[in-house]
Amino acid sequence: MAEIMSLREAIGTFVRDGDHLAAEGFTHLIPFAAGHELIRQGKRDLTVYRMTPDIIYDQLIGMGCVRKMVFSWGGNPGVGSLHRFRDSIERDWPHRIEIEERSHADMANAYVAGASGLPFAILRGYVGSDLPKHSDRIRFIACPFTGEELAAVPAIKLDVAIIHAQQADRRGNVLLWGILGVQKEAVMAASRAVITVEEIVDELRPAPNACVLPRWVVSAVCHEPGGAFPSYAQGYYERDNRFYLAWDPIARTRETFLAWMQRHVLDTASFAEFRRVHATTAREAA
Amino acid sequence: MGVTPTETMTVAAARMLRNGTVCFVGIGLPSAAANLARLTHAPDVVLIYESGPIGAKPSVLPLSIGDGELAVTADTVVSTPEIFRYWLQGGRIDVGFLGAAQIDRFANINTTVIGDYDRPKVRLPGAGGAPEIAGSAGEVLIVLKHDRKAFVDTLSFITSVGHLDGGDARARAKLPGKGPTAVITDLGILTPDPVTRELTLTSLHPGATVEQAMAATGWPLRVAPQVAVTPAPEPHELEALRALIRRTEEAHGKAA
Repeated sequence: MAEIMSLREAIGTFVRDGDHLAAEGFTHLIPFAAGHELIRQGKRDLTVYRMTPDIIYDQLIGMGCVRKMVFSWGGNPGVGSLHRFRDSIERDWPHRIEIEERSHADMANAYVAGASGLPFAILRGYVGSDLPKHSDRIRFIACPFTGEELAAVPAIKLDVAIIHAQQADRRGNVLLWGILGVQKEAVMAASRAVITVEEIVDELRPAPNACVLPRWVVSAVCHEPGGAFPSYAQGYYERDNRFYLAWDPIARTRETFLAWMQRHVLDTASFAEFRRVHATTAREAA
Repeated sequence: MGVTPTETMTVAAARMLRNGTVCFVGIGLPSAAANLARLTHAPDVVLIYESGPIGAKPSVLPLSIGDGELAVTADTVVSTPEIFRYWLQGGRIDVGFLGAAQIDRFANINTTVIGDYDRPKVRLPGAGGAPEIAGSAGEVLIVLKHDRKAFVDTLSFITSVGHLDGGDARARAKLPGKGPTAVITDLGILTPDPVTRELTLTSLHPGATVEQAMAATGWPLRVAPQVAVTPAPEPHELEALRALIRRTEEAHGKAA
């Protein structure tokens, strides 16, 4: 049952070292505030899942929080590479993370299977691709009715899902809209769910088919206005494209990365404080 | 102002989309070409992005695959599992429009690694939606710049399937879609040979030469007996493309 609490308390209570964790978002509603809190609390040995790992996963990898990443597209959208991810894979810094690489269709189906309580997902996929050669978790089975060969992939089962949403009510029911990616599926595939929100309102006003996560599938709701910055929250603020561009040179070297993380994340107590520090440093850089 | 090779490529790629086509769009060059088609000869083209928008009509090009502009201009926005399950796997996509880091003579695509998989020289972003788009879309168009880094003799990694090792390999693999039907570059257009499926230079953009195309290709490029000349971009096409790029730069900040 959802409790409304601080993000620090929620991450401290519901995320453990070694967890299988997804901080999902498909370029919209990326849970940056929660990602920073994972780093501040020094979480370790996480197996992280994400269809589109971006800057926040780059930060988690560079800060040594990640043991393994399961993903289907890793990049800085519209800009280029994730330099911390590449440094880990190409040069073992700060250590070499294990990777399990999939396609989007695979991961989307695997989340649905996890949310559905099934052990695996099937899809018509991967034919002719080398990806199955590098994973023993992409296999092929025959349809029992037609004999058609289909790909089978294990369901994604998570200890904890972390997402950002637009609104919650005071009882902890959550409403999100716009591009939803696999956020609902991630929450339903997880034992625990931590959800940061833009706003806590007296009453949600969802249309009948809106995406509502009822309080009894949510562990914690945390009020973090702006918590998806520098990504966007439909109806609240737009994507800060300059941040994504500015991240590229910061992440290129270990020194600039560590200095940035120290000043902006480790030396700040909250996402609100991060935003104030970042506003200053971004002005200085401009 | 003269026409740049990138502009000619984008216009040539846009012309490949017929009005009313349902098109699954990759980010970057494919998105620019697909939207140019929508803004010129194909107003009823249906653009589907893997983040969930169906019938997106962005006024500026998205910087990321999930920009808000795609959602607010779409006919509907569905979840990412639904996009891949009902719309792509369900057989609703006429054309998959893809970019690539590298391509081989049978239009197989690499977006994963250059070098050894476990110790890569270059780690690329990975598959995204492309393996299943390449398999299941009715046909596939590929747009990328033509140079030896991209057009390679042997791929380090096949991320997304083209015509495998050629001939009827796709049919034997029981892939639902026809696979790549054209590769549009900044030098010309390559189409698979009807029998061998090897990419063949069938059209050159104005000013480009066969020698240039061969020099920019990492295998002995097959050239059609009669190479056409791509009709130069029309003034209205160039105007629409440049206005789109201008609006996009203003919206995202010049540096984008």
